[in-house]
Amino acid sequence: MSVRVAPDQKQRVTLTVNGKARTGFAEPRMLLTDFLRHELQAFGVHVGCEHGVCGACTVLVGGKAMRSCTRYAVQMDGAEITTVEGLADPGTLNVLQQAFSQRHGLQCGFCTPGILLSTTHFLRKNTAPSEAEVRDMLSGHICRCTGYAGIVAAIMDAAERIRRGE
Amino acid sequence: MKPVAFEYCRPDTLAEALDLLGERREEAAVLAGGMSLGPMLNLRMVRPRRVIDISRLAGLDGIEVRRDRIVTGATVIQADALESPIIRKELPLLALALPWVGHFQTRNAGTLGGSVAHADPSAEIPLCAVTSDATIVLRSRRRERRVRAGEFFVGALSTVRQADELVVAIDWPRASADEGHAFEEIAQRHGDFAIAAAACEVVLDGDGRIGRLALGLGGVADRPIAVDTRELAGAMADGGTAGALARRTAADLDPMEDHVASADYRRALARVLIERVVLRAIEAAKGKA
Repeated sequence: MSVRVAPDQKQRVTLTVNGKARTGFAEPRMLLTDFLRHELQAFGVHVGCEHGVCGACTVLVGGKAMRSCTRYAVQMDGAEITTVEGLADPGTLNVLQQAFSQRHGLQCGFCTPGILLSTTHFLRKNTAPSEAEVRDMLSGHICRCTGYAGIVAAIMDAAERIRRGE
Repeated sequence: MKPVAFEYCRPDTLAEALDLLGERREEAAVLAGGMSLGPMLNLRMVRPRRVIDISRLAGLDGIEVRRDRIVTGATVIQADALESPIIRKELPLLALALPWVGHFQTRNAGTLGGSVAHADPSAEIPLCAVTSDATIVLRSRRRERRVRAGEFFVGALSTVRQADELVVAIDWPRASADEGHAFEEIAQRHGDFAIAAAACEVVLDGDGRIGRLALGLGGVADRPIAVDTRELAGAMADGGTAGALARRTAADLDPMEDHVASADYRRALARVLIERVVLRAIEAAKGKA
């Protein structure tokens, strides 16, 4: 059914976020990023540049990594979203997160949720990436702390551990 | 960094989308993956009254083989195009260019038609369309209109699309089996806008000389440009021809200057990239002969 929402009208939007149906309200201009944070309290979605360049807001939509700052909540009704909160049970870390912790893949942590989600999709498509392929994928993220070396090392480690079945 | 307030419309049919567009004309913007329009909205470089979301519209996301043409729907997602066996086999130039389009994370949402309609002067998909002499298919309530890519792009972020027209497809000539291809670009960071980009298609004649050569350049003018290469028919398929073409073409360019690169630097990059893509496309064509 076609949808029309007036500029100042709040539209009901239902998403599946980390496996749970969640509903909130959004004006047409509300970014998916802001909807996830302010309406659904998914504070692991970080707001960086707000024009699709820095990668901090990256989430999985239907399993695919994409920016949430250049999409609008009203567009996404019915979508299945994974945020960093959905990667592991509270208080635990998955293999990728453990590798980031062990290999100094983060310092301030601002870019980390987006990078973890991009990498989750990337490693599903490419289970044995080269370092060049990892760096190419990471070109869609900006990290101002690590110089990327620790991030690359963590992803290479995690890929190997996932291949071994951990 | 938030858009102006706009009305959001998500039509179910193409006819409804064209009605919505026709009603508002200049005050409407068309949204698909949001990788070009999203930044423009958030930065308020565009302030539409109505945004028409075509991302779920049926029938615009197909990749079809039609005899000697390949028709890609406007909302084909760039990542899907990159993984499409049809595109890899039948549109090898586009397949070579797609890894340069934005980043992994933006290709998962960005569309072929969105990039064409946005018309960034350094964008790769418009450059392929111009180089391959593809046709842009437009629809409005009034008519369907087909425009050759070389005439579609008229300036930076500017095309001949009328305000009530929607880009519905790109109609590409199917590459012949003996065609060689190459694509190269230089950007500050892989996935950033190209400072300069070059694309080449070559078919050799029976004597191993140049039969047909198409060369396109991006990032060096306010739109992607096709270089006139007609006089190259019959030339030797070698480094001498590639070098001479690169020098002559680069000398004639009048590139834009911006905070990233001077005109001289862009001209120098164009010369290097032209030589590279021509040589590489010749090698690829020799491999297929």
